[in-house]
Formats: sequence, C-alpha cells, structure tokens
Amino acid sequence: MNYADLFRVTLPETVLEIAALLVLVVDLGYLRKAALQTRVMSAAVLGVIGCGVAIAMLPFQALGGLTYPGSTELMLAAGGYATIAQIGILVLTVLTLFLLIGSDFTQHVGEYISVVLMAATGGLLIAAAQDLLVIFVGLELLSLGLYILTAFAKKSEKSAESAMKYYLFGGMSAAFLLFGFSYLYGLSGSTNLHEIMRALYSSNAINSSPLLYVALVMVAAGLGFKVAAVPFHLWAPDTYEGAPAPAAAFIASVSKVASFALLIGIGTAAAHVLGSAHKVGFVVLVSGPAPKYFGFERPWSLIVTLLAVASMVFGNLAALAQTSVRRLLAYSAIAHAGYILLALAYFSHSTMSTYAVLYYILTYGLTTVGAFGAVSVVERISGSDRMDAFLGLCRRNGLLAAVMLVLFLSLAGIPPLVGFWAKFNLFAAVLGVSRGVVPFTIVALAVAMSAVSLYYYLQVLKRVFVMPAVDDTPVKGNPLTMSVLVLIALAVVVLGCLPGLLQTWMTSFYAGM
Amino acid sequence: MNGMQSGVPWLTIITALPVIGAAIALFSKRHARGVAQITGVLCFALSLIIWLHLPGDGSIGLEELKPWAPSLGIQYHLGVDGLGALMVILSALVSLMSIDAAHRVHHEPGLFFALVLLLEAGLFGSFTALNFFHWFLFWELSLIPAFFLIKLWGGPKRGPAATQFFVYTMAGSVALLLAFLAVFLSTGSMEFGQLAAMAASGALGRQVTAHLGPVMMWLAIGVLAGFAVKVPLAPFHTWLPAAYSEAPSPVTMLLTGAMSKMGVYGLLRIALPLFGQQISQIRTPLLVLAVITVVMGAWAAAAQTDLKRVFAYSSVNHLGYCLLGIFALAVPGGANVGVATSQAAALNGVILQMFNHGLTAAALFWFIAMLQFRSGGLRGIDDFGGLRKPAPVFAGFMGIALFASLGLPGLNGFVGEFLIFRGVFPLSWVAASVSVLGLLITAAVILTVIQKVFNGPVPERWASFPDLHGGERLGMAPVIGLMFLLGVVPQIVLEHVNPTVKYLLAHWRF
Amino acid sequence: MLAWTIYISFAGALVLALLPRGNAALARWIALAVAVAGFAIAIAGFAAGAGQGRVTLVDVPWVAFMGIRYTLAADGISRVLVLLTGLAAVAGVLFSWNIELRTNEFFAFFLALIGGVYGVFLSFDLFLLFVFYEIAIVPKYFLISIWGSTRREYAAMKLALYSFVGSSMVLIGLLAAYATSGSHSTGLVYLANADLPVSFQMWAFPLVFIGFGILAGLWPFHTWAPTGHVAAPTAASMLLAGVVMKLGAYGCLRVAIGLFPHGMDPWGWSFAGMGSWRDVFALLALIGIVYGALVALAQTDFKFVIGYSSVSHMGFVLLGLVTLNQIGVTGAVLQMFSHGVIAGLLFAIVGRVVYERTHTRQLAELETMHLGKRLPFAAWSFVIAGMASMGLPAFSGFVAELQVLVGSWIAKPWWTAAAGVGIVVGVAYTWRALQKAFFSDRLPTPDEHPKTGWPKFDPITWPEIAATVLLVGATVIVGVYPRVLLDSIEPAVKSLLAGGMQ
Repeated sequence: MNYADLFRVTLPETVLEIAALLVLVVDLGYLRKAALQTRVMSAAVLGVIGCGVAIAMLPFQALGGLTYPGSTELMLAAGGYATIAQIGILVLTVLTLFLLIGSDFTQHVGEYISVVLMAATGGLLIAAAQDLLVIFVGLELLSLGLYILTAFAKKSEKSAESAMKYYLFGGMSAAFLLFGFSYLYGLSGSTNLHEIMRALYSSNAINSSPLLYVALVMVAAGLGFKVAAVPFHLWAPDTYEGAPAPAAAFIASVSKVASFALLIGIGTAAAHVLGSAHKVGFVVLVSGPAPKYFGFERPWSLIVTLLAVASMVFGNLAALAQTSVRRLLAYSAIAHAGYILLALAYFSHSTMSTYAVLYYILTYGLTTVGAFGAVSVVERISGSDRMDAFLGLCRRNGLLAAVMLVLFLSLAGIPPLVGFWAKFNLFAAVLGVSRGVVPFTIVALAVAMSAVSLYYYLQVLKRVFVMPAVDDTPVKGNPLTMSVLVLIALAVVVLGCLPGLLQTWMTSFYAGM
Repeated sequence: MNGMQSGVPWLTIITALPVIGAAIALFSKRHARGVAQITGVLCFALSLIIWLHLPGDGSIGLEELKPWAPSLGIQYHLGVDGLGALMVILSALVSLMSIDAAHRVHHEPGLFFALVLLLEAGLFGSFTALNFFHWFLFWELSLIPAFFLIKLWGGPKRGPAATQFFVYTMAGSVALLLAFLAVFLSTGSMEFGQLAAMAASGALGRQVTAHLGPVMMWLAIGVLAGFAVKVPLAPFHTWLPAAYSEAPSPVTMLLTGAMSKMGVYGLLRIALPLFGQQISQIRTPLLVLAVITVVMGAWAAAAQTDLKRVFAYSSVNHLGYCLLGIFALAVPGGANVGVATSQAAALNGVILQMFNHGLTAAALFWFIAMLQFRSGGLRGIDDFGGLRKPAPVFAGFMGIALFASLGLPGLNGFVGEFLIFRGVFPLSWVAASVSVLGLLITAAVILTVIQKVFNGPVPERWASFPDLHGGERLGMAPVIGLMFLLGVVPQIVLEHVNPTVKYLLAHWRF
Repeated sequence: MLAWTIYISFAGALVLALLPRGNAALARWIALAVAVAGFAIAIAGFAAGAGQGRVTLVDVPWVAFMGIRYTLAADGISRVLVLLTGLAAVAGVLFSWNIELRTNEFFAFFLALIGGVYGVFLSFDLFLLFVFYEIAIVPKYFLISIWGSTRREYAAMKLALYSFVGSSMVLIGLLAAYATSGSHSTGLVYLANADLPVSFQMWAFPLVFIGFGILAGLWPFHTWAPTGHVAAPTAASMLLAGVVMKLGAYGCLRVAIGLFPHGMDPWGWSFAGMGSWRDVFALLALIGIVYGALVALAQTDFKFVIGYSSVSHMGFVLLGLVTLNQIGVTGAVLQMFSHGVIAGLLFAIVGRVVYERTHTRQLAELETMHLGKRLPFAAWSFVIAGMASMGLPAFSGFVAELQVLVGSWIAKPWWTAAAGVGIVVGVAYTWRALQKAFFSDRLPTPDEHPKTGWPKFDPITWPEIAATVLLVGATVIVGVYPRVLLDSIEPAVKSLLAGGMQ
C-alpha cells in the first residue's frame, strides 16, 4: 500500500478531523465574545458542512479499499455495506448536530462539536475496518468521544455519574476485547479478519481449542457492550438518562450504526471464507467431529443467539416498568439490539442479511434521533423526562404530538411505518437463511416480544393523547428542531409506505461488486 | 294440485294489506281505528273473493310460487283449499269484529291497531302458506303482536300472563322447528304438498329413518307438542285462562277466534298428512287427552265466576271437540267404507267447528266487552242480573250467541258438534260417550249464565242499563244472522269444505 | 372503483385531523360525507360486481425484491363485507352526532379505522392484508381510551394488546408461509396454490386461525370483547362488534382456511373425541356460543348483555366456517353481515339512545324507569333488534343461523344440538333484557307516578332515527330477500372451498 491509497480511502475521516479542528479554532479563536446561540449555530453549521463534504468524498472509495502492503487483503473496506453505514453515520451526525441548536447545557460548544466529529470519525473507521487493530483503534476513538460527550452537562449530577459508569464499564470491556483479539491473533497468526477466518476454518485443532471459545466470549463481551446487549447493557439506562439530549441521541444512533456495521463486517468475512456453497447456520451442539463446513461459526452463532434472546426478552420486560421516558428508550434500545443480533446470528452469505441489518439500523437510528429530539423539547419546558411531563401534549403542541405518534408507533412496529417493515425484513431474512424449528421459535419469540413492546410505547402515547393535562403551558420547540423532527417523521412514514426506496438505494452500492 | 299461477296474486295482497294498514295506523293516532276498520273491511271482501275462486274439487287453488332461498329448500309458496280459505274468512271476520269492539283505546291507539293488523297479517300468512318456512315465519311473527297487546293494554296481572303465553308458545315452536329441520335434513324439502305425498307413500318414513335413525315418532311428538300448546290440548293449556282473561277483550276475541285455530289448522295441514302413521300408533293416549280437554274444560268453566274465564275454559272445551275429531279419525290400517264415511263426517265437523266456534266465541267476548264497558269494568257472573228488562236486544243477541255456543240445533254451533260426534261414535265410542259429558256440563254452564245475567229480578243499579244502540245493532246483526244461516243452511260452507275433506282424506295414510 | 373506499376514508381522516379545533359541526358533516361516499361506492361496487366472481381492482408491485405486490381484489364475500362496512360507517357517524369532546379527532380516528377495515376486506396480498389489519389497531385504542366510559384505559390497552398478539401470531404464520413457499411472493392466490407441505400446514393453520380468532372472539381468547365493547363509545362499540370482529372471522376464512386447508385434515389419532384441528375449533366455537349466551343471561349491565351476545353470535360464524361445506360457510358469511348490522343496532340503542339519556346501564335501575312508555322509540327499536338477534324469521339472522345449523348437521350432528341450545338461551337473554329494560311491571307505573317528578328525556334526534331506519331496513331486506346477498356469497364460497383461488 502507499500513502496515497491510505489518504484516498480515508478522505471522509480526514475531512471530519479537519472540520473538528476548524470548529475549535473558530469557536475559541473568533467567537469568544459572541452569544451562546450564535456560537452554537456557527459551530453546528460548520460541523454539518464538514459532514456534508465527507459524504461528498465517499465516491472516491469506490476505486477500491485499502489493502495491506504486499497483499490483496483489505485493511479497510470500501463500497458495499461499509459505505452505506458510513453515509448513515454521517447523516445521523448531522441530525444530532441540528438537535444541539437551541440547547444550553454547555458553554463549551466548540469542544462539544469537535468531540462529536471525532467520535464520528471513529465510527467511520470501524464501519470499514477489516483488521483487528484498526477495529480497536476506531472503537476506542468512538468510545472515548462518547464518554466525554456523556459528561458534558457539567451542571447535572446525573451526567457526571453516568459518564463515569460508562467509562468504567467501557474501559473494562475494551480490555476484554483486546484480550480476545490477542487470543485470536495467537490462534491464527494474523490480525486480518479474513485471514483469521480462513485459519480457523481450515484447522480442526484450532476449531475445538478451548482458547477459541475464550476468545470468542471475550470478543462478544467487548462488542456486546458496544451494542448494549444483555448482559453487557448495564451502562445503557444510566447513560441514556444522564447524557445531554443531543449526546444521548448521538450515542443511541451513531454508535449503534457503527457497531452493527462492524458486526456485519465480521459476519461477511466469515461468510466469504466459507464460500458460496454453504449457508451459515446454527447447529445444536453435536458430539463427534465438527462438521466440515461449520468451523468458526458454530460457537459464534450460539453466543450471538444467546445475546440476542437475552436482550430481546430482558429489554422489553424491563421497559414495562419504566416511568422515565429516556430509560424506557434505553431498554427498548436493548430490545432492538436483540432483534438485530438475531439476524447476525443467522447470517447469510448473500447480501440478504446485510441488507436487513443495515435497513434496520439505519431506520432505527433515524427514529431514535427523532425520539430523543422530541424528548428534549419537552424536557426543556418541563424540566423532566418523566412520563407525566408528556401529559396532554396533544393540546400543548399538536405537531410534536403527531411526530411522537409516528415515531413511537414505528418503534413498536406498526405498519405502515418503517419500523414495521424493518422488523419484517429482518425476520424474513432470518427465516430465509434457516427454516428449522429453532429459528422459527426464536423468531416467534421476537414477534411476541415486539407485541409486548407495544404496551410501553402506548403508555407514553397515552400520556400524550388520552390523559388530561396537568399543566397547560404550551410546549414551544425551536423552529429548526421542530422542522428536523417533522422531516424525520415524514421520512419514517414515506419509507414505511414505500420500503423499496431504501432497499433500492442500498442495492446501488453493491452494483458492480 | 291444480292452481291458477297466473292472474292476480290474491293471497299476497291479502297478507300485505294489513301490514300496510298497520304502518298507516301507527301514525294516525286518533284515526287509527278508522284506518283499521277500512283495512278490515277490505280484507274481509278479499277473503270472500278468494272463497269464490276456489277450485271445485277440493284441491289447492290460487297458488303463488317463487324461489326464495333454494339452497335451503325455501320457496315462497302460497295456496288455499277449502280449509284454508275458510280460515282466511274467519280471520278477516274476527279481526273486523275485534277492531269494532275496541272503541275505547285511550292509550296509544295507533300502536294498538297497528299491532292488531299485524296479527291479522300473521294469521293470513299462516293460513295460506304451503312451505314450512313461510308458515313458520308467520306462526312466529304472530306471537309478537299478541304478546305486546296483552302486555301493554291488559288487566292487572298482564305481565305474567303475557310472559307465560309467550314462553309456552315459543317452547312449542322450538319443538316444531327442530322436528321440521330433521325432516328437511332427511328429505331436502320444506314443501307441505311434497312431504305429504312422500308420507302417503311411506317414503318420508324411510328417508328419515335412513338419515337419522328411528326418530319418526319423536318428530311426530315434537310436532304435536308445538300444536298442543297452541290449540290447546290438556295439559298444555295452563297459559290460556290467564292470557284470555288478562288480555283486553278485543284481543281475547282474536286469541280465541282465530289464533287458536292456527293450532288446529296446523294439525290438519302438517301433523296428520306427514305423521299420520305415527299418530295412529299413539291414537289412544291422544284420544284420552282430547277427552280430558273436553271434560275438564267444561268442568272448569262451571267453577268460574269471572265471565271471561268461564268462556276461556269453554273455548278449551269447544276446541277439545276438534281435537277429538282429529285424533279419532286417525284410524290405523286401511279404511273400509264405513270408516271412511265416519272420517269424512268427523273432519267436516272439525272444520265447521273451527269456523263456528271462532265466530261464536268472538261474538261472546264482544258481548262481554260490552257488559264490562257499560257496567264500569264488572265482569263477574254474579255482578249482573235481569238485564233482559232494560236491554232486551242485547239480551236477545247475546242469548242467541250463547245458545249457539251451547250447540242448539238451528244455530251454527250444532252442525259442527253434530258432525264430529256422528263421525267419532263409530270410530271410538268410548271417547265419544265420555265427551258427551262435556256437552252436558257446557249446557249447564251456559244456562246458568243466562239465568244469572239476564233473568231474575233486576237490581237497582242495572235498571238503566243501556241497550245496544243503532250502530252496534247494525254491526252485530250480520254476525247473529250468520249464526242462523250456518245453522240452517250449512251447505254454503260445506260446498267447498266437503270436497276438500274428501281430497285430504284420499291423500292421508294412517 | 371499490379501492376508493379505502382512499377516501384515509383522506377524510387526514382532513379531519388537520381541522382547527372547535368546529364540531363541520367535522361531523365532513365525516358523514366521507362515510356516505364510501357506502355509495360500496353499493355501486356490489351491484357492478354481482355475478362476476373475483374482480382485480389494483395490482402493482410494491416491494419488488420480496415479491410483495399491492393487490386489491374483490370476490363475492369481499363485496358483501365491504357493503357491511359502508353501512356501519354511516350508522356509526350518525349515532355519534352528539359528541362534543375533540370531535374532529374522534371522526379522524373513526375514519382511519374504517379505512383499515376496507383495506383488509379488499386485500389479496397477504402482506398487504396484514398491514391493513395492523393499521386498524391503533385507532381502536385511541377511540376507546379517550371517548370511552367504564374502565376505558384498561379496556383499550387490553384490546390493543390482544389484537396485537393475535396479529403477531398471524405475522409468524405469514413469515413462515412466505419462507416455506420459497420467498417469492406474498400474493394470496400464489400462496394458496403453492402446495405447502402438509406438516407445515398442520401447525401454521392453528396458529393463524387462533391469531385471527382472537379478534373474532374465539373462546377462550374472547375476554377482551365484553370489556372492550362496554368501555367503548357507542360508535366504536358498533364498529368493534359489528365490523372489526368480522375482520378476524374473515381472516380465518380467507387466510387460515384458504391457505392452509390441509391443516384441518384428521391427525390420525384422536383425543377426547377430537381428531383434527377442525374438531378443536368447532368445540371452541360451540363453547363460545353456549358460554356467551349463558353469561349474557346473568348480566346486570345492559351493555354487557349485548357484549356477551356478540361473543355468542360470533361463535356461530366460526362454527359455520369450520363446517367446511357450502351451506355452512355461506351461512357463516351471511351471519357476518347479519350480526354486523344487528349488533350495531343493539349497541346503538343501548349506548346512544338509552344510556346517554338515562345515564345508567344497570338493568335494575332501568327497570324502574318505564322506558317503554317514556322512550318508545328506543323500546320498539330494541324489540325489532331483539327479534332479529333472536333469529326470528323475516330478519337476516334467521336464514344465516339456519344455514349454519344445517351445515353443522351435515358435518357433525351433535354440533347442531349444541348450537341449538345457544339459540334457545339467546332467546332467553334477549327476552330478559327486553323485559327488564323496557317493559317491566314494576310499580309505580308512569300513570301512577306523580306527574311533577318525572323528568323528561332529551328528544330523539334525526341522526338517531335515520341510522336506526338504515340498520333496521338492512336487516329486514336481507331477512325477507336473502338472495340479494346469497347470490354473491354462494359462488365465492364455492370457489374457495373447491381449493385454491384460481
């Protein structure tokens, strides 16, 4: 490889870094004396422009990913799912930047936005990463940024406390991850995902080595933390509750997209290596020699399935008891992570599963940003995110109420909103890969849990629409925020009625691959 | 069956006319009675026209046939023979008399007359139906107006009386429906004519047994139960005295004059043709019940002090004669000439008795209504006395009606009862002999009534009892005249009834 | 053309949602206009399609890569049910004429629900059918929780969750069928002819049947129904009992029986006299008929009587469906129409005409009010509705129930006996309610009551009269001339039973 290639492939990341530095310079250098709102506005605009330019740089990647020196293996992928995820990350970042406008939780606007952009860079990296070290670097870049963002509301105790929890937990899981990676390197002799898969697949000795199981569990712990899967989810409720709203929106959307893109990468690598003749599946532990075509996948699928089922069940059941809307969103995020992990457990070598997962995380990310935006508007007026703060919202701000209706029903999976379609697509992909009793049962469980989720989403909507208002003060939202929210809601409806749109868009990235 | 398929659909018209009249009457309030009277007169005229159009050989005429729900074997099939047409005339006549008697309906007159007209429509419908569904529809539908008429305008104990009436009759209807469903499921047909022919040839029994097992007897009992409640046959009669006495008198006229005949008609149109063999097998117990009805009815009448109850039980008694005749003629086995003659006589008598009793009973209750009305609500036997002096015309007319009810020769009641006994004696002399008791007791009861109400010294308060005035005389005179006419020249009715009887008997198998 | 019923309903809902608050009269008239338009289209479509078999209305690709198409079609059964929906919509709007609280939102949710229902009846793509089925859930929740009465929030949530659970079961079946048939298409016709393996059908059928059956009031999943009906505002109860429960039955027929007919084959072994899923569901339907009737007999709240009677009548529909013979299934579809109209009428009388004036639904209290004299309109409408509900001839219920009875006889004679018991008890509870509410004999009578103390009731308004006449007319017309509907239903049932929808 040469540095020209590196530069070309990492253009978007570079642009973001430049934008971050620019924001810092402008804010600390020129706008010292300006009013808070002006500073926020200019910093946000700069950040948005930076993201926009980054998106514009993406087509350069179509010329091929970044290979290792002297080999054809990719260190950074380009095109296909990676680009889709990167576009998603950038768009969501833009939206969370818009949410910042009008908020007043911090004076350090420049620093905030630059941290956001840097974290987004980390996200872009892991979306494309094919090498263990690159993965780790990107993951740390993303996570460190997120810890800082969580702590940004200096006046709030909760912010500091949750950031501390997040950091400690995150640090520990990063250690696990690295440990697991080291074992994988030791077992296979390479840090490249494809090489690792190949090595593990071809050797029976490695296959049944106990070290492998340890490694997989460690890796699962590290990655499970990132996506907030049970039992690595403990940071999520506190973080979602404590972080300032734009930061929480960022954590809930962008970091999820990035992490799942990483998981897709791992799954694709495995599927690639196994070749076109075999579907990846889950086989109940059989005794005797491992079947020839289920090498690395067998224990991995089992682990991921366990994580998925636990997340689905626990996330939904815990959400039933919440009185804080933010915590409710956190537990529902855990549940959604569970659904997606299911599709990652049953990963097909064709692009079907990839599309399904991407579709889900993109639309889920969009909806979550909207949800947090709506919550932030209400919080600003009423000072709390308890369910009771939403009472009578349909009288106090009809537009916001309508937006919440759309977003929450989409999260519940009610047609004709996009959330329904995403779930359907996901479950169809799982069943398309494997039609045995076990996948059917798990999908049935997922559908049932989805039914449970309707209850708690309706609880919020009940406060908004049905129950009489305790306090009649109108809820005024910042016009920019409101327009962003309306746009998101419209997107949810349109994409739900015409699901083919997003699908077609995604397929265009695979044309020619 | 020869019929006139083309031409004016008289039967549909006569059934639809009271419905239209009811709708008009409902909104006419004070003029409701007038509307009802006009409708009643029109229907009566139509019924006479129908009588004149009957075929001469006793078969079904004036047929109307349209498919309705073919998958269920349901057709819109109407037609009348002598029996049916006679009942149609009776219904029209009794309805007219009933409307005439109801000239002081204070409360919701529109609704009252609408219900009466709907009841009349129900009567017409069930007497002209030739398909079970159609028949059953009107049978059921006639219950509703009757129930409400008793419930809303009746005497102090009307609630329980109405409920009892409804529940008993409904229970009977359920039994009927189930039996007929079984028949339909076995044969795929709901047509009376077709089923009767099948029964005569034995095919009905075979098909039912093939489909359902040996249930023909149960079906017969079910069908009999349905009609037994309506006629009524002891011991299913207990609803009757309460209902008759609590109902307002015009309604009682309808109940006894026409509705009870629905039961007898049902026996003749459905039970005997289809289940003749089964009935002949249980003939003896049925005869016993009929005799009990006759005697008990008369005996109970003797014990009453309320005039309405007296004649309620007396109705039970009179209809018991019909039942006697019907069950007696179900003689098992082939009929020889002697039996055939007796059967014909009995059946003629039954049909005549249906008409005559309807007429007479309606007239009697009309008079009782008059008594009640003019005396300020009294209707006990002992409440009156010596009314012959202040109201001779009234006493005369009512006396004729009473004698007709008693069965005096020369009046209409005699002919029917005579023919019945003439037919039943050879067929079952035991039953006939015991039933004579009924005749005797009835005679005693009626003479007592005459004695107590009309004869004897005149108490102070009845000295100025108003007599029948012109309009009333004009109204009742034809009825009284008819009683004489039918008593002296029964041929005018027998002219069509007899061929029908012969036709029916020729097609029934026991 | 029939597809426009869906579109104008949703358009109407949107317009009403955007109406400025406070203009209740405008909202009502818009809603009425939309409902009447839908009804007119339904009648026109019904007349135009008579004798035509299945007519495809729209068929365009929707999500091409999954084989999902936006297919709307109507056969005889669909046309009859669309007609019912139109009728119920108009009657519902008329009976809600007096709603003052958040009127435009009420009618917006109402029309959205109607639109979803039209969609279900006209969909011929399984996925599309499912989407419309789910769309109908949310408006129901809000209608009951905002404008309802007794325990409305609990009832609304229960109803929403039960419906959602039911539809989740259907979703699983849908996913499974789609996957098993090769993931090519979700068209109903395609899936019906896809030769799904019998072992698959054996578990898919009960799953989907129960999923839809929950909404149809299949015992023992019916418990949402009485609570929900009682809590709902009048128009919502009318729609719920009248039309929405029919969605479930329609789903059972079109999807469960249509796509998985072999799921009802005998198992080869029997348990407690039941040897196939058909026997199981027949038993559940029969229990529903008798249980619903018996419980209705014991109720003290007028509306609960009607609520349980709905469970009982829907049992007839389900029984007719599992007889799997021409006459039974025809009777079931006719009963869907008939009960839809009659239930609507009953709920309207109890809810709108009586409750909103007397402010009580307790039979014991109504007994003392002599409503027979003071509210004759309500009394006599209830008499007619009660007669229809009992299944008296000359009303639509008679022919329908008769056909179901005959059909069940042909299938298994003892089913008829049990169902007959239900009819008899049905007469009893209707009678009891009628007596107690309107024609009781308790003293004092209105004539004896001192004139001064007897409060006057609000007069009967023209929308109430119009809607009552409409519904009574419908049941009488069908009762007197059932061919008007049977001519459409019978051929459609025949082709459905002949296997596949060619």
